[in-house]
Amino acid sequence: MNYTPTAHRTTSGPRGWDGKSLREMLLDAERLVKETGHCFGLERIAMKEEEPIRFEKIFSRLRGSLVNARETALNISASPIVKELGELCFALYGPEGDSITLSTGILVHVHTMSEAIKHMIRTNYEENPGINDGDIFINNDPHIGNVHTADVQTFVPIFWEGELIGWAGCVTHVMDIGSSTPGSNAVGPTTRYEDGLTLPCVKCGADDRLFRDHVYRCERAVRTPMYWSLDEKTRLAGCHMIRESVRSLIREEGIGTYKQFIRDVLEDSRRSFIERLRQLLIPGVYEAPAFMDSQFAAETRLPDESRKDTMMHAPMRLTIDPKGRLGVDFEGAGKWGLHSFNCTPSAMAGALWVLLTQTVMPNDKVNDGAHYATDIHCPRGSWVNPDVSTTAHGNAWYYLVPSFGGVIRSLSRAFYARGYVEEVLSGYGHDGNILQGGGIDHHGNESAVSNFEMSCVGGGAGIVKDGLDHAAVVWNPEGDMGDIEAWEMVEPLLYIGRGVKMDSGGVGRRRGGAGYECMRMLWNTETYELQFVGDGAVFSQPGIFGGYPPGSGYRLAVKNNDLLDVFEQRKPYPTGDKYSDGKGVTDLVKGNVILDKRAVDLPQSYREHDLYLSVMRGGPGLGDPLRRTVDSIETDLLSGVMSPAIAERAYGVVFATAQDKQEIDREKTEARRREMREARAAKAVPARAWVAKERESRVVPKRFAEPVTDMYRSSMTVSPQWARHFRTFWKLDDSFHF
Amino acid sequence: MIPSYDRSTLEELLDGNLPWAQTHSIMSSFKDPDRFDKMVAIHQSRVAWKEPILLPYGENLYIVQKNDGARVVKCACGKEFGDYRQNWKLEALVRVRETQDEIEELYPKMMAANAAWMQLREFICPGCKTLLEVEAVPPGYPILFDFQPDLEAFYTQWLGRELPKAGAT
Repeated sequence: MNYTPTAHRTTSGPRGWDGKSLREMLLDAERLVKETGHCFGLERIAMKEEEPIRFEKIFSRLRGSLVNARETALNISASPIVKELGELCFALYGPEGDSITLSTGILVHVHTMSEAIKHMIRTNYEENPGINDGDIFINNDPHIGNVHTADVQTFVPIFWEGELIGWAGCVTHVMDIGSSTPGSNAVGPTTRYEDGLTLPCVKCGADDRLFRDHVYRCERAVRTPMYWSLDEKTRLAGCHMIRESVRSLIREEGIGTYKQFIRDVLEDSRRSFIERLRQLLIPGVYEAPAFMDSQFAAETRLPDESRKDTMMHAPMRLTIDPKGRLGVDFEGAGKWGLHSFNCTPSAMAGALWVLLTQTVMPNDKVNDGAHYATDIHCPRGSWVNPDVSTTAHGNAWYYLVPSFGGVIRSLSRAFYARGYVEEVLSGYGHDGNILQGGGIDHHGNESAVSNFEMSCVGGGAGIVKDGLDHAAVVWNPEGDMGDIEAWEMVEPLLYIGRGVKMDSGGVGRRRGGAGYECMRMLWNTETYELQFVGDGAVFSQPGIFGGYPPGSGYRLAVKNNDLLDVFEQRKPYPTGDKYSDGKGVTDLVKGNVILDKRAVDLPQSYREHDLYLSVMRGGPGLGDPLRRTVDSIETDLLSGVMSPAIAERAYGVVFATAQDKQEIDREKTEARRREMREARAAKAVPARAWVAKERESRVVPKRFAEPVTDMYRSSMTVSPQWARHFRTFWKLDDSFHF
Repeated sequence: MIPSYDRSTLEELLDGNLPWAQTHSIMSSFKDPDRFDKMVAIHQSRVAWKEPILLPYGENLYIVQKNDGARVVKCACGKEFGDYRQNWKLEALVRVRETQDEIEELYPKMMAANAAWMQLREFICPGCKTLLEVEAVPPGYPILFDFQPDLEAFYTQWLGRELPKAGAT
């Protein structure tokens, strides 16, 4: 049966149930959860109790329709980001904007889209611009509900007999959003006015068709209009598929059943989440901060106030209270800044959500019910909650991803204590490098690229196994590196090498998963802007239980090189930087070499045949490395994930012969390890003595590098509470400040 | 169906010796509610000392019940680190890698962090010299208290039984 439009298509007025406005419904729902602790005040989940099979059947059917929408609609997109790497997800929401069920994909946005819908409801879109059957809305504003502007959301309201019964939503990560620097993870914007096209919950269509003026505006605002257009059609087609699935379900089950189901399933999810925490974890307080470098002091193209080297501080503190309520607190985060890495509470809540779905909610029964069982504190005025609306968020992920690594480690401490050792992970790999830029491509067109090979990095080590080598990144559980051929279609760079990055995984009894590297050569373009985006000066993810952080990144490029001569003379050409010392490249080609630890920079010009090395990071390690089995190390050496030098220095391996470092002398290795244990203890001091000495020699005289000083100054200024923590630990009086 | 695993399976799991398919199956299934007690029993059988383990606290570390009523962090080797409500790291040895050479001992040259921005603090058991935890933090950062469990709430409210008292074996 085809759907018949309702009389409410082009009017304004209440769209809620029983004559209520959506705003009244949302306020009622929020009041009830606050007063009773239960979603919609439900003390019992009647439908699940009375008709459990029907309840599960409806859930499975809706869930299946969302996965189907995703898998079908992504074929409309031409962007490898969406089509190859699955940078999209769909979700179905209740009328008040709470997610009911979702597809697979980039789940962080299930919650950010919820906030966007609630924004439209709170600001009375029912009255102006009106919410009608057939309407289409679009949002990408981080201050409303998003991470950064390149994550673009489409919403379609779902009506039944004049009442709004839900929303279908989809997000895709677009290839370019028209920021001041090209690419979809813009590093360069310092205010929102440089973040590119901003669409703050805009009504962009009616009668199931996009407004022509919206289409023109967007196509002129971005550098990749064809990809933009097909991404938008992907989102819209999938939303329409979901709408039809919901209507089909209602025709069979009845609207009363549907309405009850979407209430019950939220409360069910809230209770399940708490129950699961009590089943898997340990109540208590967990401390796991993270740090990230931002090196722009030498960048003359930025405004004066943005030209500095500084360090992000994410003082993550996780609490599980005796009732099973989970809280995440970022008190102590430094001030927001004139850079591209600020986050909003919406982004922070979304990030927490995506981590929980992969740890304590690893099944399909996931929705915003769990959100009602968690608290997240984002201090106002900090980089996780700017107190102005002018901040840039072009690459909010750069700070967001490391800041939540501590959630995994904290949950893992609880898993270990509870005995569920198979769930323990030391963390995850940092999502760098992003090869990014723009210019005239190999097809002769204006273009922008954001290479999403960084969807594939080394995984964290576990108790029961090593970290996965070049596996999915944390924010896209289905991510991979994508096909070389697909990237070469959209980027004017050829792959002349792609291989495992030796020694990139963190050292440990269980080693972190290895990352990989790609040697790229500019091709068939006169000039092209490219940048590097990743950690360099810091370890952004520590290990756990004695395991070490994975290696941080670096910048390696050779401009104006003699590569054509190398080819002509049939000499070996570089396919990677095997030992991460630059020599794998610079020994084979001559030219202007960029080789340093400033692994996040601004776009700069490259010319045809210039070389660019993109290094994807490894995962953190777990446990004392001197307890790693020799058998495991032999496998590491043979598979190329570990060099003989690291085997010797970090793992105490002694080879049978100095010349041929392949065969391990097990007896001598055991002896060497005994020596190393004694040696490290000899180099160590009692921690209390170290604290006393460090206080006098470093902290009191403030002997810190400027980025570290800047970080402490910022955190202590924004947060008197964190300042107190710092002073208390070092036994400093209240007059101490940076 | 709620699973339950025998001791030998859990020992193999803890040691990472189960075939991957079996480990994966355990990960994907509903969790076995009796895991905590079984795993504590396995840990208890592997240490040479007798104090009851209240909580596995980290690889090689446990919170145990002392005869005098104290609840302390204890290494598998027997070294004790004091009351579990205080940070055990303050009773450990620490080696701080704070020069470029010291950090590069464990990393290829270009993959080491900048020692001016970040240091590695290695917390070592004074008894068995095992490396128990590594912090990667900027110089001057207060030592992290990784995990402060609410033992009382865990036992009484979540497990539904009293915490073992002094003198329990």
